[in-house]
Amino acid sequence: MPTSQLDHRLKRQNLLDILFRGLTRFSALAVLTLLLGIILSLVIGSVPAIKEFGWGFLVSSDWNPVTDRYGALVPIVGTLVTASIALLIAIPVSFGIALFLTELSPQWLRRPLGIAIELLAGIPSIIYGMWGLFIFVPFFADHIEPWINDHLGHVPLISPLFTGPNMGISILAAGIILAIMVIPFIASVMRDVFDVVPSMLKESAYGLGATTWEVMYRVVLPYTKIGVVGGIMLGLGRALGETMAVTFVIGNAHRLNASLLYPGNSISSALANEFTEAVGDLYTSSLIELGLILFFITFVVLSLARLLLLKLTQREGR
Amino acid sequence: MKLNQFLRGISMIAALFAAGTAGAADITGAGATFPYPVYAKWAEAYKAQTGIGLNYQSIGSGGGIKQIKAKTVNFGASDAPLNPNELGMAGLTQFPTVIGGVVPVINVEGIAPGQLKLTGQALADIYLGKVTKWNDSEIAQTNPGVALPDAGINVVHRADGSGTTFIFTTYLSQVSTEWLRSVGASAAVQWPLGMGGKGNEGVASNVRSVKNSIGYVEYAYALQNKMTHVLLKNRDGQFVSPEAANFKAAAANAKWKPEEGFYLILTNQPGKDSWPITGATFILMHKAQDNAEAAKEVLKFFDWSYSNGDKMASDLDYVPLPENVTKMIRDAWKAQIKDTHGKSVW
Repeated sequence: MPTSQLDHRLKRQNLLDILFRGLTRFSALAVLTLLLGIILSLVIGSVPAIKEFGWGFLVSSDWNPVTDRYGALVPIVGTLVTASIALLIAIPVSFGIALFLTELSPQWLRRPLGIAIELLAGIPSIIYGMWGLFIFVPFFADHIEPWINDHLGHVPLISPLFTGPNMGISILAAGIILAIMVIPFIASVMRDVFDVVPSMLKESAYGLGATTWEVMYRVVLPYTKIGVVGGIMLGLGRALGETMAVTFVIGNAHRLNASLLYPGNSISSALANEFTEAVGDLYTSSLIELGLILFFITFVVLSLARLLLLKLTQREGR
Repeated sequence: MKLNQFLRGISMIAALFAAGTAGAADITGAGATFPYPVYAKWAEAYKAQTGIGLNYQSIGSGGGIKQIKAKTVNFGASDAPLNPNELGMAGLTQFPTVIGGVVPVINVEGIAPGQLKLTGQALADIYLGKVTKWNDSEIAQTNPGVALPDAGINVVHRADGSGTTFIFTTYLSQVSTEWLRSVGASAAVQWPLGMGGKGNEGVASNVRSVKNSIGYVEYAYALQNKMTHVLLKNRDGQFVSPEAANFKAAAANAKWKPEEGFYLILTNQPGKDSWPITGATFILMHKAQDNAEAAKEVLKFFDWSYSNGDKMASDLDYVPLPENVTKMIRDAWKAQIKDTHGKSVW
C-alpha cells in the first residue's frame, strides 16, 4: 500500500475517532446540563415561596390557598411514610421471591414465575391506581381495616398508628399499593444478581454442611450486596416518585395524622393534583418548592445508599 | 420571573403546534373542564357548518386564566368568575355561556337517590367536621322515617383547584358563618377533614368506593353516573332536587351586569324552586384585541352557539342561557371588545 494512501486512511480514522469522542462526550455532558438545568429552574421557581416562608416551609402543616399560607410538612411526611411502608413490605417479600426462584423452585416453574414478575413490573402505574381504588380499597375497608382497628389498635405504643375510620383510602393503603408496585423491580434485580453467584461458592458452602438459609445469608447476600442494595434503591426511587397510583388511594388530604388509617398526601400527588389549577405566584411557587424538596430527598437517599455500600465494602474481609 | 417567561414560551410553542396541526383558521381556547363536553359538541356542529374548528384544551379554570393572561389562546374559560377588579387589572372581559349545578352525592346503604334531605347548615357542619355521624340529630330532624345508619361520615372533596369547589364553598360560606370565618370560598381551600379526589370523576369514584361517604360533583356527573343525590333546603325553605328546571329557576331572578363582566354568583338565590348550589361558567377575552380577525371568529362561534346550541346543551344536562341574557352579552361584546384602533370587533 503506498504511503500516501495509508496516510489518508489514518487521517480519516483519526477524524472519525475525534468525532466519535466528541459525540459521546456531548451525550454525557447533555445529561449533566439537563440535570443542572432542572435544578436551576426548580430553584428559580421556588424563590418566591422560599422568600416568603423560609425554613418554616419545611415544618408547617398549613396548606391554605385562601389565605396563601403553605407548608410542606404533610406531603414530606406522606412521601417518606408511604415509601417506608412500601419497602418494609417489599424487601422481605422480594427476597423470598428471588430466593425461591434461584434456589428452591423446581426448574419448570422458574421461567413462568420469572416472566410473571417481569410482566408485573411492566404494568402502567395508573392500572395499579384504578385497581387500588375500585378493588383493593373497598376490600381493605371491609375486611382488613376493622381487623387492624380491633387487634393492632389496642397494642400499647403502636396503637395510635392503627386506629382510625374504616374507609380504605389511607396512607397505609397507599404504602401497600406501592409495595405491590416495587416488588417486581426489587425481586427481578435480586433474582438476576443471585443468579450470577458462582455455583462453586454455593456448593462449597453446602459441602461444609450449611443450610439453604445459611448459604443465602452468609454467601449469596454478601457476594451480591451491591446489586441487592441497587435493586432496593431502584424500588425506593420508584416509591418516592410514584404519582398516579398513590393519588388514587392516598386521599389527597393536607392534614397530619398519627394514624396510618387516615388519608394524607404525598409530594408527587400534591403536584399532580394541584399544579394545573394553582392560581397565584405563591401557590405555584410553593408547589415548585415541593418538587425541589422531592428532588433533594431522592438525592439524599441515593447518596446514603452509596455511603452504605462504601462502608460495607470497607468492612469486607475483616 | 424567568421561569414564567420560560413556561410562557413553552406554551406558546405548544399553541403554535396546535394551531399548525388544526389549521390556521381554527379558534383556540383553554380552561374549565366542566363545560368541555358542551363546547366540544358545539364546536363539532359549528365546524360541520362553517369549516372552522375549535381547539379547546380542558386544562382547568386556573390554567385557562393563566393562558388567556399570557395571550397564548384566543379565549380562556373559567367556572369561577373573575371579579370586576381582577378583570380590570388584566384588561379582560367576561361573559357566561351555560349554567350548571353542583350536587351533593352520597353512598349510604339503604338510602335511595333523592331520599335524604339536608339543610345548608347541616351540609356545612358535615364538611366542618361538626356532624360526624349519619344519625346525628341535625340530619335526623329533616329526615323523619329514613333509616340513618350509626356510621361515621366519610367526607370527599376535590383535591385539585376547581370552579366546582368555588361554587360549593361559596354556598357553604353563605349558609354558615363558621365556614366563612374558618375556611372561606375559593377554587381550593384548606379542608377541615376528609379525602380528596382529582376532578369530578375522582370525587365520584371515591364516593362510590368508600362506604358512608358524601361528596359533591357537577350535575352532569351525578346524573351520568347514576349517583345518589340529596335534596337541599333552599333560601325559601323548600327542599328541592337538583334538576335543570331548578337551576333555571335559580338563574331566573339573576341580575346580570354586563359592565362588571357579568360577575354574578348564583348560589343561594331566592325562589321556591331554586336549586341553591347553581353557577354559570364563563369565557374570558382581552378587551384590546391585537388580532381582530381571530377575536371576531371567537365571537362568531359563541354567537352561533347561543342561537343554535340550546338543545345540544340541554341534551348534555346543562342549562342554556335565556335569550334576554344572550342579547345583553352580544351588546357587551360590541361595547367592550375593541381592535387596536379602538373599533368594535363585533
